[in-house]
Amino acid sequence: MDIREDLFYTESHEWVKFEDDTTALVGLSDFAQSELGDLVFVNLPEEGDEVAIGDTIADVESVKAVSDVFAPVGGTVAAVNEELLDAPEKINEAPYEAWLCKIEGISDKTGLMNADEYEALIAK
Amino acid sequence: MANYLPHTQGEQEQMLSALGMSSMDELFSQVPSSVMLKEPVNIPHGMSQMETLSAMKALAGKNTSYALTLRGAGCYDHFIPPVVTRMAGKEEFVTAYTPYQAEMSQGLLQSIFEYQSLMSELTGMDASNASVYDGASAAAEAAVMCRDRKRTVTLVSEAVHPDTLAVIKTYAYGTDHEVRVVPMKDGVTDRDALSELLAADVSAFYVQQPNFFGQFEDAEGLFALCKEAKVKCILGANSMALAIMKSGAEVGADIVCGDAQPFGLAMAFGGPSLGFMTTTTAMQRKLPGRIVGQTTDAEGRRAFVLTLQAREQHIRREKASSNICSNQAHCALTASIYLNYMGASGIADAANSSMSKAHYLAQQLCTIDGVSLKYAGGYFHEFVTVLPKNAQVIEDALAAEGILSGLILSDHEMLWCVTEKASKTQLDSVVAAVKGVCEA
Amino acid sequence: MSEQVLLSFEKSVRGRRSEVLPVLDVPAITLPKELQRETAPMLPELCEVDVSRHYAQLANRTHGVNNGFYPLGSCTMKYNPALHEIAAGLEGFTNVHPLAPKGDVQGCYDLMDELQTALCEITGMDAFTLQPAAGAHGEFTGMLCIKAYHESRGDTKRTKILVPDSAHGTNPASAVMAGYEIINVSSREDGCVDIEHLKTLLSDEIAGIMLTNPNTLGLFEKDILLISELIHGAGGLLYYDGANLNAILGVARPGDMGFDVTHLNLHKTFATPHGGGGPGSGPVGVKSALIPFLPKVASCGEAGKLQVKGFHGNFSVLVKALCYIKTLGSDDLRGVGEHAVLNANYLLHQMKAQGFTPAKDTICMHEFVLTLEELKERIGVSALDVAKSLIDHGIHPPTMYFPMIVHEALMFEPTETESMETLDQAALVMGEILREAQNDPEAMHHTPHNAVIGRPDEVKAARNPILRYQPERA
Repeated sequence: MDIREDLFYTESHEWVKFEDDTTALVGLSDFAQSELGDLVFVNLPEEGDEVAIGDTIADVESVKAVSDVFAPVGGTVAAVNEELLDAPEKINEAPYEAWLCKIEGISDKTGLMNADEYEALIAK
Repeated sequence: MANYLPHTQGEQEQMLSALGMSSMDELFSQVPSSVMLKEPVNIPHGMSQMETLSAMKALAGKNTSYALTLRGAGCYDHFIPPVVTRMAGKEEFVTAYTPYQAEMSQGLLQSIFEYQSLMSELTGMDASNASVYDGASAAAEAAVMCRDRKRTVTLVSEAVHPDTLAVIKTYAYGTDHEVRVVPMKDGVTDRDALSELLAADVSAFYVQQPNFFGQFEDAEGLFALCKEAKVKCILGANSMALAIMKSGAEVGADIVCGDAQPFGLAMAFGGPSLGFMTTTTAMQRKLPGRIVGQTTDAEGRRAFVLTLQAREQHIRREKASSNICSNQAHCALTASIYLNYMGASGIADAANSSMSKAHYLAQQLCTIDGVSLKYAGGYFHEFVTVLPKNAQVIEDALAAEGILSGLILSDHEMLWCVTEKASKTQLDSVVAAVKGVCEA
Repeated sequence: MSEQVLLSFEKSVRGRRSEVLPVLDVPAITLPKELQRETAPMLPELCEVDVSRHYAQLANRTHGVNNGFYPLGSCTMKYNPALHEIAAGLEGFTNVHPLAPKGDVQGCYDLMDELQTALCEITGMDAFTLQPAAGAHGEFTGMLCIKAYHESRGDTKRTKILVPDSAHGTNPASAVMAGYEIINVSSREDGCVDIEHLKTLLSDEIAGIMLTNPNTLGLFEKDILLISELIHGAGGLLYYDGANLNAILGVARPGDMGFDVTHLNLHKTFATPHGGGGPGSGPVGVKSALIPFLPKVASCGEAGKLQVKGFHGNFSVLVKALCYIKTLGSDDLRGVGEHAVLNANYLLHQMKAQGFTPAKDTICMHEFVLTLEELKERIGVSALDVAKSLIDHGIHPPTMYFPMIVHEALMFEPTETESMETLDQAALVMGEILREAQNDPEAMHHTPHNAVIGRPDEVKAARNPILRYQPERA
């Protein structure tokens, strides 16, 4: 299982990559994509959405299931990766490149795990 | 009496004994005794199949089956080619469930894929679902498809079928959304009124083409206004008229919906009919209900499957945009057989014939003193006449001739419909009968 | 296996057609240019024999309950009597307009009255609407009636509906369409509603609860009278999802269990066929307090708050349901429920003898759920693999992966119209599949082998949807 040292993670398997103190990209971990199986569609948030930690910001569909994606940090959605709308398989192929959205003005980042802590979580 | 149960008494005992039981009551040990029925349900005793059929014939016999029906208003008496009824009646189609198991349902899935293709082609749109309940619920579902967080209000023309408006309002009542009615003027949607109602909170505008009174709307012009205001355009189209009138794509619709009952389905007291919905690629994932897609199997053979299922209630549950599960699959099959058989030229013939005969009847009726068309605009196969005598008297007079008259809209107004089934001779006799009443 | 069937579009021959209509005997009218279609639709051009054979081929590649065993759980795939089709096809029922003068369609109204009365007796409700076109449509209608009822009493705080975690997906989806927030109720270890959890959820914000009884595990909610007392005590109403009514037909009635609103699936319980996914019919019954809120028909001049469909519902389906009720009558109606439950328990018994594990090892109602979790973990053979293998034996697979609270679930509902030998044979086939799985687990992932196609690539279908044929434009 690929876990990147430079990222932060959540219990619901999102990854967070900080570009600076208040801006970050959000995606789904390698563990998440392998559990979900072949993804066929993503629903993304809208630019400008205000989100708090734990809010549903997106969902991803496999053939027979749908899973919510939760906001790992609080802030404002600054951009969404529209490329995924036509190519959701990128999440399966390269989960750490396939960011779902960029959140800026991050005010709350409590509860994030580092790579070691996340590795321990999925080892359970 | 006729019960369709295969077990003999001996088999029943054998099965109970395998379960370690001695009576059927033991099977219901989970059910609290206080809710177990002590007496049989209070309905009549069962009858033989022979007696049941007689009883049903007696009920059917209480209805008047007219030789000619000149009433439409959302339910149309078009000719049904016998091959349509024959093929649709095949037991495999009649007694299958929703095709969840693709390997065992390729025939059914292919028929639905063909239905989607036929309806997409007919409406000029990119994608179709596998059907919804009827034209009214299709309109309501279309309105749901167009709402988003900022735009929640639906505009509906006053000149639509009353059931369609009522159903759109009911669905909107469920989710506490607002429906605003765009008034009509001279029998069609009032363009200026629409302009004024196109506010920033409006998600979609629904117009019926031709409208409830048979009049052609300037759908293209109305939709152009909507597009300027970023409002989605829903065309509620008469399916038969689509054979000859501008398609949904040609008038700029985002969604085309309606009832395809004219394609091979009997009037049957209004149901089952066939709600169709087609849309653009951009909106196809918002379509409610079943959708069949083409793919391949492991050996690369073409295969059909239910697809985009993660939109649906059985997966998305409370987050699904629609709850629809069973649809009108067999009606969609029937319409497909009809369209495959008639072809584009066949349905154009049926549409042109209906229109020509409607115009003939209208012209002949207007030769009678005091009879005139209520609206001046162009019409397809339905039109409203103003009558010099009470409409009820005319309905009665035609009934005596074995003809179901137009629909009474008010004391002196009638909404007529003519299809390809009417002959000139029959229409002439209608005119004679109406003349007799009006000039008496 | 048989060759693939070309699409009707691919069989089209330019210029081929069937002459159907007579020569026009009135002056031809054409549409004004500005209304005329610019591009004619590219529909297939076929003659009658082409169409007849096309659909014969498609029928050959379709499995209906009248072709063979179809134990699809929660769908009640019972035999559909031929009588029903004949009755519904009578001209007096087909050649009638929904807006004909009432006196001309008295047979239709009498039929609907008789059906409503019978359904009231069968379910213990006070009145029925026949307007909803399917089960989910009935759920939506019932939820709207509940909403309108609470509103009429000025009780506008009730914005939540309780739904068990084992419920059909339509339940939460329907309640949301009526504007409700969904509160999930847990199931206990024994598969029934967790009463203690339920108690913690009660408040004056609860509009009601939606229950399927027997539930989707095929178990009767034994505490139904207590649930009724608790919900009613909190000012809520009980909604009965009639998908599983077949289990208790003629044996017990939702109305006697405290339910206030009930929908039925005539295409399940009353043997009007499913038609490959519809048309169904989902009548909704209510207790007297809710009668004022039942849907009306605007085109018939009726005024009311609710209408979910045009005209009078799926009338032809109603004809078939009444046929069924008339033939069975009071005496044999109970036999349906009894034999449905007998068959399910017998099949479960035979499956256990073949080495299968039920999700809940107890007496069941009309259906039961097997769990193949152990097999999956041990040798990697899934519920899907076993289901697909049944196809090679001419048996339609059971419902898979439902209810969601059971892992590797297979839900069997044999119905009362299957004979003992059919059930014995199905159990033997399942046993054979289990042994094949143990011998060669890998081969199981590629079943079925003898169907017209192998397993379709569903990922490809969903990622790049092809939803229609694209004719080549000249």
